[in-house]
Amino acid sequence: MLRDITLGQYYPAKSIIHQLDPRVKLVTTILYIISLFVAKGIAGYAVATVFLVMVVKMSKVPFRYITKGLKAVIMILMITVIFNLFMVNGEVELWRFGFLRITDKGLRTAVFMAIRLIYLIIGSSIMTLTTTPNDLTDGLEKLLGPLKKVRVPVHEIAMIMSIALRFIPILLEETDKIMKAQTARGADFESGNLIQKAKAMVPLLVPLFISAFRRANDLAMAMEARCYHGGDGRTKMKPLHYESRDKMAYGVSWGYLLLMAVLSFAQGFYGVMLL
Amino acid sequence: MSIKIKDVNYIYAESTAYEIHALKDINLEIPDGQFIGLIGHTGSGKSTLVQHLNGLIKATSGRIYFNGRDIYGENFSMRELRSKVGLVFQYPEHQLFEVDVLSDVCFGPKNLGASKEEAERRAKEALRMVGMGEEYDKSSPFELSGGQKRRVAIAGVLAMEPEVLILDEPTAGLDPRGRDEILDQIERLQKERGITVILVSHSMEDVARYVDRMIVMNQGQVRFDGVPREVFRHGKELEEMGLAAPQMTYLMQALKDKGADVDTDATTIEEAADAIEQWLKG
Repeated sequence: MLRDITLGQYYPAKSIIHQLDPRVKLVTTILYIISLFVAKGIAGYAVATVFLVMVVKMSKVPFRYITKGLKAVIMILMITVIFNLFMVNGEVELWRFGFLRITDKGLRTAVFMAIRLIYLIIGSSIMTLTTTPNDLTDGLEKLLGPLKKVRVPVHEIAMIMSIALRFIPILLEETDKIMKAQTARGADFESGNLIQKAKAMVPLLVPLFISAFRRANDLAMAMEARCYHGGDGRTKMKPLHYESRDKMAYGVSWGYLLLMAVLSFAQGFYGVMLL
Repeated sequence: MSIKIKDVNYIYAESTAYEIHALKDINLEIPDGQFIGLIGHTGSGKSTLVQHLNGLIKATSGRIYFNGRDIYGENFSMRELRSKVGLVFQYPEHQLFEVDVLSDVCFGPKNLGASKEEAERRAKEALRMVGMGEEYDKSSPFELSGGQKRRVAIAGVLAMEPEVLILDEPTAGLDPRGRDEILDQIERLQKERGITVILVSHSMEDVARYVDRMIVMNQGQVRFDGVPREVFRHGKELEEMGLAAPQMTYLMQALKDKGADVDTDATTIEEAADAIEQWLKG
């Protein structure tokens, strides 16, 4: 049951995308998100689609896995589409029922908005699916490095993030275990009304809290025993450094964003012709 | 009262990258009143197997019969099964949650629908059985020592008065004395109540001393099933599975190799001493 939740959802595979430096993936994801907001016409979205399909293909992550992330936001997606569909006022009326009306402009905005949101989620899931949480925080720490100059505790933030991420599967497993142990003692987590269900959670939550604190204590002790004292002067076992493929990937990402910008600019010029 | 396992397979996270075939075609019959040791290296599937026995995990394929009734059948009550097959998990002290020892042990029987008095009666009986005196009834379970916590947790399952008691590594992380005490108590319980006990462990020494039947698992399959001394004759194969026969078996084997005509089936120190004495006497 709980095993099926894919939080910090890394999908192990051997692909060029998996091998890329996490910084490249972070930056590319941000660039991709920007590009989606830059895009205006069909041409722009077509290029964004091609780019996304290529990356997905190269990552060797099954498509089923990627779309899993979409299920969580389907409600938001629906609401956005419906609002845009009925609220945006255009010139050509396509359908009317009482005060509800759909116009060409509304339809177009709704469709593009849906595509934009879906691509946004797929784009960022590709990053989390192909990067281990540790790599991700490493990359983030390195990217945010300059902020240290303005006294932002970048290393500590990254450490907190990686510990939190590391603990998600552990606590999930622990929850699963305690749930089973209490079920074996006749506990029932499923039936009953809301209050009964909430009460049934006590035998689960108390041990879980205790275990979380115990683990946190143990970890703090282990870190102290190894003389951990924060980021200053700390070296890494696997320092991040750019390979030629990373540089190429940067080139492709920036080139892509440039292309999107040009397309959007051209759209501004020729307007309706490109839709 | 018997459990019959027929062609059971279990696959974790089927058709994902994390797929593990944890149990492969398991066939076992567990009659009444046996003291069984279930042995296997980490990841051999022993914990997964015992969780099938009280329905916490549903087999991917295969059937399990409890007293001749299919536990996956339509009219079968899992609640009833769980009241009859008690499962003590690894590190059971991690599931304690109540304000005092007595109410924690009462949790099980209350869930089975016992009245407050009945639950307390059972809880007290179970606590005495594991050697926890009355003076602890009202103390917080979190103030006890590790060994005491574990006994309270075991009592929590005993209070449900199961007919089959399964203990998953009940001695993990305990000192030798705590280990012996718990195992002795389990043995006494098994004799007094005549219940079936399945002891999951990876320590041959623990198991050799107590059980009358030993099931060895490796990579999700049952490899050996028989009385301990029979199983220990496969010393080489056991080692290949990352297990080892008891130290006495090695000692007796070494003596025999040196030309001493001793009984190599001895598994405990006492048996070994007897065997050597016998040989010395000629």
